Amino acid sequence: MASTMHLDVVSAESALFSGDVTELFAPGEMGDLGIMPQHTQLITTLKAGELRYQTEEGENTSLFVAGGIMEVQPSVVTVLADTAIRAEDLDAEAAVAAKQRAEDALNGKDPEDLDYEAIQAELDAAKAQIEMIHRIGKTLR
Amino acid sequence: MAGLKEIRSQIGSIQNTKKITKAMEMVAASKMRRAKERMQASRPYADKMRQVVSHMANGQLEYKHPYTQERETVKRVGYIIVSTDRGLCGGLNGNLFKKALQDIANWKEQSVDVEIAVFGSKGLAAFRRYGVVADNIQMGDQPHINDMVGTIKVMLDAYAKGEIDRLFLVENEFVNSMTQQPKVTQLIPIVPSELEVLNYQWDYLYEPESKVVIDTLMTRYIESLVYQAVVENVACEMSARMVAMKSATDNAGGMIDKLKLKYNKARQASITQEISEIVSGAAAVE
Repeated sequence: MASTMHLDVVSAESALFSGDVTELFAPGEMGDLGIMPQHTQLITTLKAGELRYQTEEGENTSLFVAGGIMEVQPSVVTVLADTAIRAEDLDAEAAVAAKQRAEDALNGKDPEDLDYEAIQAELDAAKAQIEMIHRIGKTLR
Repeated sequence: MAGLKEIRSQIGSIQNTKKITKAMEMVAASKMRRAKERMQASRPYADKMRQVVSHMANGQLEYKHPYTQERETVKRVGYIIVSTDRGLCGGLNGNLFKKALQDIANWKEQSVDVEIAVFGSKGLAAFRRYGVVADNIQMGDQPHINDMVGTIKVMLDAYAKGEIDRLFLVENEFVNSMTQQPKVTQLIPIVPSELEVLNYQWDYLYEPESKVVIDTLMTRYIESLVYQAVVENVACEMSARMVAMKSATDNAGGMIDKLKLKYNKARQASITQEISEIVSGAAAVE
């Protein structure tokens, strides 16, 4: 019997998951992280990408997070996401549109009043979403 | 005795008012349901955030964030006041402002200056002369956290620069649909809650460095508390309006009943008078 840890995924607007998992993969700021139960205390910021966890029954679930903070305690993991979307709720068209919008803004004519950081973050989030949609699409078919 | 026509038009106008308050009551009731859902949905985030912050207070961290450090002297304090954009919601804003003003008066007695940031145009109107440094109005019924970050940042920056030494949040607490409780809580420095004390010493691994992560976390923490307060305030506003409009509808009904009685009496009196005039006229002819 594999040991488990409690995982909570919450975003400002809703709680997405709360339950026991056996392993967790998260898009850390400094690179992807794999977390197993009894991990030492760790706290990290997250970037936009895929958050994947395996439940006790061996079921894999994916969520999209657009950045946030993850706190790891030996038996509890808390993901405080800025925005989190269930993988099956991801909207491919909206993501592509968002990417286009961010790119347009970056190539805009008036570079003076651009908030580069915000737009870059938006662009990264959109790209990460598109990438994730592609990957899920492949596994589904 | 007032003229029949006047009473009739008065009844008509009260009936129209009653229709409006009834409609507002029903709108507020349905909006309240949604606002409550949103409030409940945002609660886990604030709870988890609180949990993480209390974990941090427990550990032996290498970097102590300024929000956790008490400053020795208090020269200026900041307030974030969460009010509504619209009126007609009973004593909701009034009670809240009273509470805030009491608190502010206390500080003024100790000759401490006050800086205020407000959410909602009612608060802006009430506190304009006390020195509002940031405001955020017309957020609608579905406030979004992105719209609030700017206003909160003004206060956080003021704290970081040492312009204020404490930050308070004045908000309405949603007890139930009938009761809303105004309360003042201290945001910064973060008040350590009673925690289960761990017996061993530990520190986190940080990615990237501790300062960056903890700064981000603390800012998010404050933002989530304020967001929670604003969302809760919408639910408070809707339920307060519902109750206020319900009693307005009831009062209008009572007034209509009274006026109807008066109208019927007046009508009867005029008929009686007419009959007695006819009778006495006929008697005079005989």
